[in-house]
Amino acid sequence: MSETSLTGSHTRTPLALRFPSVLIFLAVLGLFTLGVTILSEGFGIGVISTSFVKTLGKTLCLCLVALAMDLVWGYCGILSLGHMAFFGLGGYAIGMWLMYERTRLIVVDSLVASELPPTAQEISDGIATQIFGVVGASEFPPVWAFAHSLPIQLAFVVLIPGLFALIFGWLAFRSRVTGVYLSILTQAMTLALSLYLFQNDSGLRGNNGLSGLQNLPSLDAVPQATVSLWFFWGSAFALGAGYLLCAWIVSGKFGSVIRAIRDDEARVRFLGYPVDAFKLFIFTLTAVIAGIAGALYYPQAGIINPTEIAPIASIYLAVWVAIGGRGRLYGAVIGAAFVSLLSTWFTGGQAPDINLGFYTIQWVNWWTVLLGLSFVAVTLFAPKGLGGLVDLIVDRTSPNRHGADLGPDPGALREKEAEK
Amino acid sequence: MSTLLEVSGVSVSFDGFKAINNLSFQIGTQELRAVIGPNGAGKTTFMDIITGKTRPDEGRISYGEKGLSLLSMSESRIAQAGIGRKFQRPTVFEDQSVADNLMMALRKARGPLSVLMFRPTAADHGRIAELAGEIGLSRKLHSKSGELSHGQKQWLEIGMLLAQEPRLLLVDEPAAGMTPAEREHTTDILREAARTRAVVVVEHDMEFVRRLGCKVTVLHEGSVLAEGSIDHVTQNERVIDVYLGR
Amino acid sequence: MLNILRLLTFALAVAAPASAQQADAPIQKVLQEHGDIISKSSRRTIGPAIDALADSGLPAAREVLNRWQAKQMWRNEETGLYVFAEEVDSDTLRIFDVADGMEIGTAPDDDYDQLKPNSGIRGMIGAALVRFQLTDPDPAMRLQALETIARDAEAAHLQTLRGAIETEQDKAIAAAMVRLERLLTIQFAEDDADRIKAIESFAGDLGVDVRATLNPLVRTRLETADAVPETKDVARVLSPASDALPREDAYDLLVSADLAKPRISREDKRAALVANLENGAVAGVQVATLDTEAARDIAYAVLAQQGKVEPVATEAEIDATLDKFVFFERYIAAPPAVALAAASALKSIENKVAVNQGLDLGLDALSLASIYFLAAIGLAITFGVMRVINMAHGEFIMMGAYTGYVVQQIVPDYTLSIIIALPLAFAVTFGAGVAMERLVIRWLYHRPLETLLATFGISIALQQIAKNIFGTQARPLTSPDWLDGSLIINDIVSISYIRIAIFVLALLFLGLILLVMNRTRLGLEVRAVTQNPRMAASMGINPDRINMLTFGFGSGIAGIAGVAIGLYAKVTSEMGSDYIVQSFMTVVVGGVGNIWGTLLGATLVGTLQKGIEFLNPSNTLAAQTYMILFIILFIQFRPRGIIALKGRAAEA
Repeated sequence: MSETSLTGSHTRTPLALRFPSVLIFLAVLGLFTLGVTILSEGFGIGVISTSFVKTLGKTLCLCLVALAMDLVWGYCGILSLGHMAFFGLGGYAIGMWLMYERTRLIVVDSLVASELPPTAQEISDGIATQIFGVVGASEFPPVWAFAHSLPIQLAFVVLIPGLFALIFGWLAFRSRVTGVYLSILTQAMTLALSLYLFQNDSGLRGNNGLSGLQNLPSLDAVPQATVSLWFFWGSAFALGAGYLLCAWIVSGKFGSVIRAIRDDEARVRFLGYPVDAFKLFIFTLTAVIAGIAGALYYPQAGIINPTEIAPIASIYLAVWVAIGGRGRLYGAVIGAAFVSLLSTWFTGGQAPDINLGFYTIQWVNWWTVLLGLSFVAVTLFAPKGLGGLVDLIVDRTSPNRHGADLGPDPGALREKEAEK
Repeated sequence: MSTLLEVSGVSVSFDGFKAINNLSFQIGTQELRAVIGPNGAGKTTFMDIITGKTRPDEGRISYGEKGLSLLSMSESRIAQAGIGRKFQRPTVFEDQSVADNLMMALRKARGPLSVLMFRPTAADHGRIAELAGEIGLSRKLHSKSGELSHGQKQWLEIGMLLAQEPRLLLVDEPAAGMTPAEREHTTDILREAARTRAVVVVEHDMEFVRRLGCKVTVLHEGSVLAEGSIDHVTQNERVIDVYLGR
Repeated sequence: MLNILRLLTFALAVAAPASAQQADAPIQKVLQEHGDIISKSSRRTIGPAIDALADSGLPAAREVLNRWQAKQMWRNEETGLYVFAEEVDSDTLRIFDVADGMEIGTAPDDDYDQLKPNSGIRGMIGAALVRFQLTDPDPAMRLQALETIARDAEAAHLQTLRGAIETEQDKAIAAAMVRLERLLTIQFAEDDADRIKAIESFAGDLGVDVRATLNPLVRTRLETADAVPETKDVARVLSPASDALPREDAYDLLVSADLAKPRISREDKRAALVANLENGAVAGVQVATLDTEAARDIAYAVLAQQGKVEPVATEAEIDATLDKFVFFERYIAAPPAVALAAASALKSIENKVAVNQGLDLGLDALSLASIYFLAAIGLAITFGVMRVINMAHGEFIMMGAYTGYVVQQIVPDYTLSIIIALPLAFAVTFGAGVAMERLVIRWLYHRPLETLLATFGISIALQQIAKNIFGTQARPLTSPDWLDGSLIINDIVSISYIRIAIFVLALLFLGLILLVMNRTRLGLEVRAVTQNPRMAASMGINPDRINMLTFGFGSGIAGIAGVAIGLYAKVTSEMGSDYIVQSFMTVVVGGVGNIWGTLLGATLVGTLQKGIEFLNPSNTLAAQTYMILFIILFIQFRPRGIIALKGRAAEA
């Protein structure tokens, strides 16, 4: 990987020029965005349906969260099984405002027609009944205290996942929980969060979740074809910016240090680096990125519920990154895009069934099996994932140490050497 | 010569086994010291305690002019305070280039934000080139350190230690797996380093220790058995007993 | 009398009975006395007739009541005399004398009317019969009588019962009678001192019947006055706007006692304003300004002044009025002394109930712990020995459960099927585990994160395959009959036999694993490989074989755990994922690589979950949430679990 080595020249060159992959990525993303816009119903010739634009927009958000996952796992070695929870928290934060504001407009509309002008209390009661009637409540839970304010909820998109990650990470890294322990702990955290949200008295509508998020308040007149493109552009912009940020972070000495932490944490400590602070920084930063991705994703999906936060979602995220190839940013993006689109295709019933004579393989039922097994295959035979294909094309094979190319995990290598 | 590190009355036990037993040890600011001892004498645990990897059950460790207690500090704080350590097995970051490894070791601010904002200056690159020359890796500067030979990795690690500019250098079996010529070179580097700082070398190999020509501390069962010149300790009855067996 | 005689002779002539009926027997007289209401057979009016029979003290009374209840009493249409009768055939009756049960002869049933008491009346007859049954020679009869009394107690029973106690010989029945007598004393005794004594004798008694008897005595009514009365029957004083007495309820009480002006709800006030809307204004106030409660209050007050609406209390007035009164609860169902005694007895019962609930909770926690232990011990073995995280462990549990289900489809006998299913489940999952180790895990040693992900891939594939085969519907795994039901220790503490069986199974496995690990060659080799694989290999132990067997063994136990879990929970394709996180928690909390640690971990996790569930019984989801949070915190303080390895072994 050429981007890992410091070039001999001392002059400052722009990031994108030093790392051609960044430039290529941004160019591809730009062309893709332009292409989709031209082909869309909202602004172009209408070859691509609005729902497919939404699917593509959502995929871009998934790519963004995969990028975050790659940074925290592929580069820093923390296999977090909780980043989809941060993604969901971001979605909930924006979803609360979307749902509150839209319901408020509806309630105010309906009360305007009544004989007396509504009091503030009547409006609030009306909104609460509309939103929480489904869980048998009619009062606003405390977590909705700022739901009326878009700026505050936007801040929450960043702050809530960030604070959550900060506190959890501080506790976990402080007590030196690493490796699989940490993975299990993050999984437990995710499970706890989703179980909590499943409760009706969590204040977030239990398993009903938040819905109707695709309708932007007071923009009812704007057709979904247009709104979907707005979000598509937003997602593309966020992905581009996120990619630049991540590339910048991993390019310099910081990238060296976090990769060193991934490979040998104790050694980095003895070099004098506060490893816990570095991990906490990366964990929190990626949680924030995940939160932003979620805030862009759920208005396109229209609905968020606690199932989206369940541990399985975060594990799928790890699957995408692994299939795409971790430890390289474009790998994560490729993996997320490839697997999630393929998954949509298979589970959407579009894939042709295979008739074996005695049994018909219906992909709706067998796709997960295929995914699981191909995941095992990738782990076993292609630890570099799809990104490894790029190496073949560019012919940048890794140094052939002792004939063993085992991916970024150093343990196996050292073990092998020790055996020799 | 003032004292840089003073270890007094330190004990540590693992599940009842006393690895270090009431150990006391001191070293001056510019001194080369060899620590020898048979297997299980507690040499590695001794280093673990100084570098903060293992917390002792009792005892005191004071470091530097201000008499800083190392017991309450984390590994990274201890390293930042100027204690560098080279492990028995060479541990360099194999996925990264020699230059990257050295750049990481270079004595700079270690906080995440300063590292994030850090951009190497010409002076930094110069220092790295200089270090690479010192450890004989000038031509390998941009190769992955995983591609280096075992001895080269040892040197890279020594180079990284030097880049840290520590005041106290703890070196665990530096000569293991080296050719005689490489050993010679290593001895030179260590002796050179000890002109400006304290260096503690843990070694099995008596020949290597003799070549260092410094004061020797013999550990046995977690405490100091003898201390003095190599000739002095090799003539010590108890040392002979311990080394040559009963 | 002449008439009767003539009829009698007629009857004799027709029916040619074997003997003459004793028309003037005392019992017959009693029956005739109430002849009308007996024939009318109405539940409302029948009482005196039954009482008269029961109180008559006649030896024949019991038989009469019995026959009456059994619809074997008939009345001669002409003479009005009562007889017992059995139907010989559809037209003929064999009749007996009510006085002594002697057969009189046969007669056509046209001459007789059958008494058909409805169920209500039969119940009343039954209650009256109780006093006879209490002295019945058959102990079962006497016990049944006690039950009847307990179910439908009457004041009259008290005396009867006291009489019966004196003659009762059977100790157990005597004890039951004494207990019932005390319960009846509490309810019906005239003398409060007797009642209190009886109440106090029940302090700490866990019987549901005691609580059912005492609870009505402590019924209270909410009352209000200027000051709390000095009488003893005040149960407690309540302050308005507390949890026990919301402000609105307190005020409504005053209103209903005509002690205060009515208040008006927001909705009613709004409706009143709307009703008085004129030309875009209410009482001269522009409608547009009526968008706060304060403005609406003012408008309403103006309306009230104009006499258009009822004046109502404002919030300030409500507060002022509430300040003037005190609210208290008064015992209404019993004299204060009795009520207080009952309250204190209930209190002591509550305390004892709490202790027993704690015990019950402990049993629950223990059984949950054994389930977690079973689910986690296989994981502890694979993780402890091989440092391999097996995310598919939960799916092995599921495979075991489905194996049990399939066996039950083939072998209908539940006992036999369980006996077959347990080893078969072990075999199936052992095979699956060995296959997985050979095909996947072997290639990923020392890459723990990748093992985690690869086994996760297997996990989702297995889950989906199970879903494709067995569907999403939950499949039952029926336990054998002898495992149905519960071991009941008292009214509160009980534990189902299935849970006991699972507990025993967990103990068995603990013993088995300890035995295998500490006493067999395999265990020795496993421990050797755990501690130093290279050294073990150089001593002739084949680590690959050991790893394979260990993994198979751990997976096999998961299969057995699956059968056990399937017996008490549903078998679904997702059941594995319900246990996997808890299992990991158990292993991590206990300390990796230690069987005792896993046991402790399971106990801790199980107790914790049950404990939190007890504190918040409505919400098991919250219980799990808090349990996980607790464990996350626990790991902060003991990152290596309860039993932690130290030194070099810990860094392997």
